[in-house]
Amino acid sequence: MSTIVFFIFAILAIAAAWGVVTSKNIVHSAFYLALSFAGVAVLYILMNADFLAAVQLLIYTGAVAVMVVFAVMLTLRGDVRESNPENRSWFVGALVAVSVFAMIALVVLTNADWRVLATPWTGGGSAEDMSLLLLSQFMIPFEAAAVLLTVALIGAVILAKGVKESK
Amino acid sequence: METLYNLFETLNNLFLIIAAFIRGLFADPQSVWANLTMDVIGFIIVVVIIVLAALILILLERKVAGWTSQRPGPNRLGPRGWFQTIADALKLIGKEDVTPAGADKLIFKIAPMMIFCIPMMTLAVIPFGKGLAPANLDLGIFYFVAMSSISTVAFLMAGWGSNNKYSLLGGMRAVAQMVSYEIPLLFSLLGVVMITQSFNLGVIVEAQATIPFIVLQPLAFVIFVIAGMAELNRAPFDLVEADQEVVAGPFTEYTGLRWGLFFLGEYGNMTALSALGATVFLGGWQGPAFLPGYVWFFMKVGVFVFFMMWARWTFPRIRIDHLMHLAWKVLLPLAILNILLTGLGIYIYGFVMGG
Repeated sequence: MSTIVFFIFAILAIAAAWGVVTSKNIVHSAFYLALSFAGVAVLYILMNADFLAAVQLLIYTGAVAVMVVFAVMLTLRGDVRESNPENRSWFVGALVAVSVFAMIALVVLTNADWRVLATPWTGGGSAEDMSLLLLSQFMIPFEAAAVLLTVALIGAVILAKGVKESK
Repeated sequence: METLYNLFETLNNLFLIIAAFIRGLFADPQSVWANLTMDVIGFIIVVVIIVLAALILILLERKVAGWTSQRPGPNRLGPRGWFQTIADALKLIGKEDVTPAGADKLIFKIAPMMIFCIPMMTLAVIPFGKGLAPANLDLGIFYFVAMSSISTVAFLMAGWGSNNKYSLLGGMRAVAQMVSYEIPLLFSLLGVVMITQSFNLGVIVEAQATIPFIVLQPLAFVIFVIAGMAELNRAPFDLVEADQEVVAGPFTEYTGLRWGLFFLGEYGNMTALSALGATVFLGGWQGPAFLPGYVWFFMKVGVFVFFMMWARWTFPRIRIDHLMHLAWKVLLPLAILNILLTGLGIYIYGFVMGG
């Protein structure tokens, strides 16, 4: 049962990702991106990470994809239908993508902690387990990420407001 | 007295008895097929609830509008005009379905379907009575908020796909408003989650057996109602479809049943949000034992909905800079303050009780 669901949504996510890189209209690309995020969220549920799936929907589909569309619309010039001309140097792009994928795969496969478990993971992944880990073992990275986001927020406000020019 | 009590118990557990009966028809009551059948039945019930709610709420909205502006409202068709909505729905079905020539066809057509799908998904986690949640998720509240955040994408798709500058402006407004108000909405619910230590809506209702959370979290409730009305894009926060400014916003180019889907979606979302408010703050299906739990639940939802309609026809539309000011500089700090006070309260309570 879950294998069928996995293949449906994995194919959906990959097809949507294909749509992101190939569609001529950049707004379509952004909407395909949202679809791809939603497909990945279902894969998280199949891995018993419900909390991560809900966060994926809330942050990535609901906010990040929308912000991408926003940025695209605000910076758009000329005709929308030709806004995302297929890049001539797709070969280089594919090369970069494949090497990044190979690098990540290498790291995951060589690190024993990250391998696929022999028996399916049943416990953990709920909100309670996540928060316990975040506030104990991973306290410092969590706080560092929070500080980084605050800095980004303040920077965005300053950029939007404009700094007073010194006389 | 004994028979009366038995009758009441039967009424209270009516749907559970029916569910157990349907499960009993299978050879193995806990098999995959029995679960699948119950899920399909739950889905159908949610859809029926949404459609019925839309039919009733549209009439109620017009009656409330009449009541606030001291006129009778629709009163021609049927007794006291009760059949008006059915006539309106038939009229919408009969209208021509126009897709503008310059529209982005696929996006234009998917957007209303998405908007109508979202209340179906969110209402699935609401416990309509004792043990009557169609899907009893551990992440109940969080799932609800995550799902309703997708409607932003749908509004943007409608605004973009119409290829009309007013629609696009409306869609942009929808995004700015909904992304901003999502944050205080989520934060206002956190206080309750801190007290119950659970996202599960069933557990939250059980925790309110003695006292509803509106008493413990009055500030959070006020923030929830304001941010909820803004999330639904209803007046006084209806900048998305402000007709003097952007015609009808993202809905301008839609006709017939597609426009009807937006309308259904709006009332469905309103029902879902009221159900969430009634569950989290008003005690859900808990209530004095002379009525069954689901009756209490729907009465509380009705009170919530009526309050939203009353506010809609009482207050004028808010200006867009005031809107953003309210979200980021008033509601968000208040919500964070509420979280802080709740944390302090829990700590002091534990200290006093010797925990």
